[in-house]
Amino acid sequence: MTTWTDYLTTDSPSSRRQARLGQLYRQWLAFKRNPLAVAGLVIVVALLLIAAFAPLIAPHNPLAQNLDKRLLPPSAVNFFGTDSLGRDIFSRIVYGARVTLVIVLLVVITVGPVGLLIGATSGYLGGWVDRLLMRITDVFLAFPRLVLALAFVAALGPGLENAVIAIAITAWPPYARVARAETLIIRQQDYIAAVRLQGASQWRIVWKHVVPLCLPSLIVRTTLDMAGIILTAAGLGFLGLGAQPPIPEWGAMISAGREQIFDQWWVATFPGLAICVVALGFNLLGDGLRDVMDQR
Amino acid sequence: MTTSNISWGGRSAVWGRIAGRELSTVAITFFGLLLVTFLIARVIPIDPVLAVVGDNAKADVYDAARAALGLDKPLWQQFATYVGKVFTGDLGKSVLTSNLVTDDIKRVFPATLELATLGTLIGVALGVPLGVLAAVYQGRWPDQLARLIGLFGYSVPVFWFGLMGLLLFYAKLGWVAGPGRISVAYQDFVDPITGVLVIDAALQGEWEAFRDAWSHLILPAAVLGLLSVAYISRMARSFMITELQQQYVIAARVKGMSEFRVIWRHALRNAFVPLITVIALSYAQLLEGSVLTETIFAWPGLGRYITNSLLNADMNAVLGGTLVVGAVFIGVNLLSDILGRLVDPRTR
Repeated sequence: MTTWTDYLTTDSPSSRRQARLGQLYRQWLAFKRNPLAVAGLVIVVALLLIAAFAPLIAPHNPLAQNLDKRLLPPSAVNFFGTDSLGRDIFSRIVYGARVTLVIVLLVVITVGPVGLLIGATSGYLGGWVDRLLMRITDVFLAFPRLVLALAFVAALGPGLENAVIAIAITAWPPYARVARAETLIIRQQDYIAAVRLQGASQWRIVWKHVVPLCLPSLIVRTTLDMAGIILTAAGLGFLGLGAQPPIPEWGAMISAGREQIFDQWWVATFPGLAICVVALGFNLLGDGLRDVMDQR
Repeated sequence: MTTSNISWGGRSAVWGRIAGRELSTVAITFFGLLLVTFLIARVIPIDPVLAVVGDNAKADVYDAARAALGLDKPLWQQFATYVGKVFTGDLGKSVLTSNLVTDDIKRVFPATLELATLGTLIGVALGVPLGVLAAVYQGRWPDQLARLIGLFGYSVPVFWFGLMGLLLFYAKLGWVAGPGRISVAYQDFVDPITGVLVIDAALQGEWEAFRDAWSHLILPAAVLGLLSVAYISRMARSFMITELQQQYVIAARVKGMSEFRVIWRHALRNAFVPLITVIALSYAQLLEGSVLTETIFAWPGLGRYITNSLLNADMNAVLGGTLVVGAVFIGVNLLSDILGRLVDPRTR
């Protein structure tokens, strides 16, 4: 046991891997001291587990309609009640975790690399490339995000994929900004000059030496952004422009419960709570990660 | 005499440069906005020509209609026509209302303005004191409260929050009126002067109508306001922490000034300069937040106009609305920059 801690906390790591693991371990120790951050981590891990094991957790089929049992209040059989088609709301929320996770992951894996590359290129090359790319970024930043996403979905047609595309188109500029700001600092460093003197190509410098150092602040930014992505996706779903029925998407579920809000409050309330909890989880986790990884 | 002339000349030259830079930024951003709305209109899978002539039109009829719509011209020429039209205030006709989009937007915009303005006022009135207290009592309960409200504001979907507000304050407690802007009974009492109902009602002395409109307005405005409290208080806190560490604060304390005066008169005054930008940004964000809020509260504003048009595939109206919201965004940003410079002598 102690050998592991010794291996991780040594002052003179003998390999690159040991140094890296040691750093991660120290960050984990700092992270663990922040109860709110740990709460965020627990929520996010719970979301992952629920999405992964949805069939085991959900007591009912999320799509099975049963008109005899429509709009039943929460009970021991239907924890969160049933909706207007007699579907179990708890099961739909459990399966909805998958939809939310898919949207978030798709947006992040498209937006992160694009923003990173644009920002790092812009910051490293400077000159007219920088001016052009930052102008484009400014134009997109000047837009109201949701309204622009709405306009894109209106043009592309409603649906999960198009919602993801629309959110991605509106979400990349802040990443490019962060990556550029980091790059401007990094490129002044002596070791970049050293690599350049050794004859590394510009592409290699950006990709191998600049980008990895931008990653911590980008990871923090992404985590904090996830809450925003979830809220935008839910907003699109609420307007009927995201995932189409009968897919159990949380925003669309709130929209479905709108008509019964005064009589059957549970239909719209529980999906909204799910969104709140998950968004809160990502916000807490992001705050915690920022304190640990991005100390500037 | 001569020195003052030089300094005045220098100052106006600086202002000229700043104005030039700002204006070129605004022009480029607005151009980008036009380009994006134009391109969105181009990627629609619906063929606008077929929408005019029908599916069974002969080739020559189709081509004639295509030429009439200007779609046979090269893309850059179409874009030039589009820009020209926008600058003459022509955003096309709405299929849904069969009015000019410009007229529709003029009609619905005051309602959104009313909502976003009151929302921002609520946000400033609660958010600034909360942020200041959080900075003064760092780590103590006001700070925790500010943090909690901040986290909540960043995590709650605004449309769900609005629904819950309606459920609690309208259906259960009966403190406020339900969806809509004014009750049907009072609908014809108020003539539009400014288009902002509560102001119009007050101007005409229709106090019954004023109270009715107010009780419709307060809940959606409070819902929007809470979101801006989250943002404004967080920023106010961080600006105040910076100011409270400055030397002039120590100097004021050493001179024996009361802590109240140090915080609220001296530190807050300096923190307010960057806060102007924050408040302006949050105002612009509320215009956007109103898209979803207006849907919940059946509020006849720009947001509901856009979403309604969207659900009816009324692209002229959607893009016109998007353009207006985007233009307001740009305008508010510019205004906050100018205000910031006017208030803060250091930026001149």
